[in-house]
Amino acid sequence: MSAEKTIEFKDEGKMTDDNRGLHYEENLLWEKERSDTSGVDMPKPAGAPLRTGHEARGDIGLPQVSEPQALRHFVRMSTWNYSIDHGFFPLGSCTMKHNPRLNEKLARLPGFAAIHPLQPASTVQGALGVMYELQNWLGELTGLKSVCITPAAGAQGELAGIMTIRRKHELSGESAKRRIILTPDSSHGTNPATAAMCGYEVRNIPTKETGGILSLEAFKEALYKTDENGEDVAGMMVTNPNTCGLFESGVKDMADLLHAAGGYFYMDGANFNAIVGKVRPADFGVDVMHINLHKTFSTPHGGGGPGSGPICCTEELAPYLPKPLVVKDGDAYRLEEDGERETTLGTLKGFQGQFGMHVRALTYMLSHGKDGLRQVSEDAVLNANYILRSLEGHYHAPFAANGHCMHEALLTDKRQKEKGVSTLDIAKMLVERGFHPMTVYFPLVLPGTMLIEPTETESKDSIDRFITVMKEIAEEVEAGDVEEKYHSMPIATPRRRLDEVKAARNPILRWKN
Amino acid sequence: MAELRFTRDHEVIYVEGDVAWVGITKYAQEALGDLVFVELPEVGKTVSKGDDVAVVESVKTAAEVYSPVDGEVVEANEALEGDFDLLAKTLEEGGWIAKVKMSNPSQLGDLMDQAAYDEYLKTVD
Repeated sequence: MSAEKTIEFKDEGKMTDDNRGLHYEENLLWEKERSDTSGVDMPKPAGAPLRTGHEARGDIGLPQVSEPQALRHFVRMSTWNYSIDHGFFPLGSCTMKHNPRLNEKLARLPGFAAIHPLQPASTVQGALGVMYELQNWLGELTGLKSVCITPAAGAQGELAGIMTIRRKHELSGESAKRRIILTPDSSHGTNPATAAMCGYEVRNIPTKETGGILSLEAFKEALYKTDENGEDVAGMMVTNPNTCGLFESGVKDMADLLHAAGGYFYMDGANFNAIVGKVRPADFGVDVMHINLHKTFSTPHGGGGPGSGPICCTEELAPYLPKPLVVKDGDAYRLEEDGERETTLGTLKGFQGQFGMHVRALTYMLSHGKDGLRQVSEDAVLNANYILRSLEGHYHAPFAANGHCMHEALLTDKRQKEKGVSTLDIAKMLVERGFHPMTVYFPLVLPGTMLIEPTETESKDSIDRFITVMKEIAEEVEAGDVEEKYHSMPIATPRRRLDEVKAARNPILRWKN
Repeated sequence: MAELRFTRDHEVIYVEGDVAWVGITKYAQEALGDLVFVELPEVGKTVSKGDDVAVVESVKTAAEVYSPVDGEVVEANEALEGDFDLLAKTLEEGGWIAKVKMSNPSQLGDLMDQAAYDEYLKTVD
């Protein structure tokens, strides 16, 4: 049999020897040979007049496939995905932890899964109770007792948080003069983007020269740069622990100065997994923050499900939160009604947000309990430090000398660069060796960064295998003369290295025949 | 070759009369990797020292190019939009990004010369 032989099948599209080993290539449905196949046989309307008042259209060119063909099409493509259910997923700042199946079981209970947001509150007391309880747990864990669970994901939570601050300043007549939001240069890109979306000017606070963490001096310089009392600053957005995997230990003093100047402290809670049950953000001066239920509280993400980004704030900012909050009157739960809280910034999301994720997150909290959640953070931090200390002799670990990291370890390609191998090449070699790469080229405070977050749900065996491969890569590169090999990786995958530059410069964004 | 000045953020500046030509250094280009997008400033935009005059985006990252001086953008290098390789050329040969008419030329005194920049690079990761 010729290896190059291509067989044309009428209904399966093109099948080549690329399907060897039961790995299926799959054409788009539109590329499938159209035939008389159809999934459903509908009787032709017999002389009945069309109610639309239009003539029935003829063939509109939709692909025709039978049920098994449609099923195989999507199942085959689903096998090309990589997920936390496949293996280790060490994406820094993403907290790709295991999604417990207990969460799924509870979310599928008919009392949660088969209800409608427009049902009378009296018929969905259990569901409203779950949301109310979730608000309480989040309030307790953050120390910020006023909670709005509607934001659909982290970025919308950020938007909701900054809009809450903006609403406060609007109603106190300060919005015209407070036009600046401070962010450190290590922040998530969504932080400055959120501030800009809310109409603020973004002012960066440099951290590179202070070991990747905020210094009081740099903060003060930014706060008082254009107004000696800092009264043109609306707030500060800080991720804590930050994206270098370090705890911002100086933020309390900064929060005090910011508050004295009339600004508010927004915390990006993307990295909350490192500190749950250890410290309450309210205690280091945070006024409002978002929580990624899909990171810290184990609801699916990365294509596995919608995110959910509740925000928590102080009593002072509570009047301005988006609506509706879940409230309790006596023993009865209900959603806030329109007009009930005039100072609200308004509605950001339909109904009460991603209810299915609220059920999963509360299930996770209740199944771990307070002591269990504390241990989650401790184990997440332990795992990250195990990786950092195992690899600091093989890779440049810029901040390792300053002490422990939190839940993620930061390395760079500084040593490998000298041998012509970059972070991108290391990531591609990890794919070749059967590992999903870590977050690469982020944070931006240093060149060629690799941010590794193992989470607490990874076994020691799995982490050890990752460390072993990372060491082998470093040793191979150190020995030299592997530049060309690394530039061609991966080779075992169905597609080899893609031309990212060409894809970004000349993107093809639309299927065309 | 004309005298060049440099910033700590790896902008390179060439001065012609009261106009500063702004580009990015070879180090910056290597750190960024292959560029895929350059966002040019609007001509006529008033900038203060430290404000963005452009954004350069590579497959790895996006970075802002800061104005080294106060002034007004008088020209943006639109040829870059079709040919990012131009940046690798010297400023005079077309490697500039924006030209800023300076309102306070004394700010040039804050910039590094070639020798100082070379020394500075040794201290950079």
